[in-house]
Amino acid sequence: MRLTQGTFSFLPDLTDEQIKKQVKYCLDNGWAVNLEYTDDPHPRNTYWEMYGQPMFDLKDPAGLMMDLEEARKTFPNHYIRLTAFDSTHQWETPRLSFIVNRPPEEPGFQVTRQEWEGRKVRYTIHSYATDRPAGQRYQR
Amino acid sequence: MSSAEDTTDRNKTEPLADDARVDLDAVFEESQIQEVFDQLDRDLVGLTPVKTRIREIAALLLVDHVRRQFDLASDTPTLHMCFTGNPGTGKTTVAERMAQILHKLEYVREGHLVSVTRDDLVGQYIGHTAPKTKEVIKRAMGGVLFIDEAYYLYRPENERDYGQESIEILLQVMENQRDDLVVILAGYKDRMDRFFESNPGFRSRIAHHVDFPDYDVGELCSISELMLAEQHYVFSDDAQMAFEDYIDRRMRQPYFANARSIRNALDRLRLRQAARLFKAGGAVTKKQLMTIEAEDVLASRVFGLPVESRSSD
Repeated sequence: MRLTQGTFSFLPDLTDEQIKKQVKYCLDNGWAVNLEYTDDPHPRNTYWEMYGQPMFDLKDPAGLMMDLEEARKTFPNHYIRLTAFDSTHQWETPRLSFIVNRPPEEPGFQVTRQEWEGRKVRYTIHSYATDRPAGQRYQR
Repeated sequence: MSSAEDTTDRNKTEPLADDARVDLDAVFEESQIQEVFDQLDRDLVGLTPVKTRIREIAALLLVDHVRRQFDLASDTPTLHMCFTGNPGTGKTTVAERMAQILHKLEYVREGHLVSVTRDDLVGQYIGHTAPKTKEVIKRAMGGVLFIDEAYYLYRPENERDYGQESIEILLQVMENQRDDLVVILAGYKDRMDRFFESNPGFRSRIAHHVDFPDYDVGELCSISELMLAEQHYVFSDDAQMAFEDYIDRRMRQPYFANARSIRNALDRLRLRQAARLFKAGGAVTKKQLMTIEAEDVLASRVFGLPVESRSSD
């Protein structure tokens, strides 16, 4: 099951050329871009691990692409997302975020139902990938 | 974003016919590069070899641009440069201009200058250098990376120095990402030569070695006038003469750093002018506030020293 998170999530994955243009757009707005990765794609897992440092003072997407290439080499079987952070007063939040790398195979999520008092049912979802320890997920 | 689209569109257009003609003057006009040249001539006194080289590079890039319209493929020219010259000869100033020029010629995408020294590139412990250097390179992407006093990167006396690691990363980027970044090294001539001797890889990757000549008295005078005008001061006629004399004497003193020494001297002149006005008290006119008098100049230390002292040589 294809994971859909962040901006453009229902479009096909962006090509490098398209990523570059998005980054250019972010930089032109004065946002700082950074890369994050994880192998726990639960939708509530908000805080992913950061790859390197946030790239303040970047002027051109080429710098980010250099890092992205490295990140993809280091974590080919992880999700990698790009986040653009707006540091303007009272924004101070990510403004744009999308997935730039995904594992070759995504097993998806299981819905677990819990019987509760009075015939109530509680639902929760569980990623199949997280059955294995961190770092060994999404490996064949 | 629109500029990126423009380039792709332009690349898609059909190549011109073999017998088509392109008006080079029109291309030159369109690039608005003349403006930059004019500004260069106005703001930078002397430096003929440097200006000539800049014109040559501009011509090369323009011709390259036209060649591409005829579908004549050629590699992107390497524009990594090395600026050598004594202190205060305008290396940093020219590097800044270079970034603008290359931007106008569409060689670099952003046209900003990132100015660094050894401290910004080389780390203090193992594993610190590579991320640090890469961080700087990332920041400079799309513009010009200016490494001042580049020879400090290489310390032959310490074989475990981390500078070497930084050099290797730089070399790799200079070779592989020529489209993204222009590297300009700067430093004193003799030490730069020694640096290249021990790092032949660097020498071969740098296409343009530009030497910045020292200024003569006349040029330094014009520079001082430009600097004063920028800050809304003028010399009185006597002060002008006195300052010429000052430059002549100062040049023979040790640690003369061309335009930088002139800047410092002018700062001291402003100090003395202010002290003089203050001491006189009473009302002042705009003219008085602007004018630097001969006595401000003549109070300088160099007039007390024997002229023939050449202790530095």
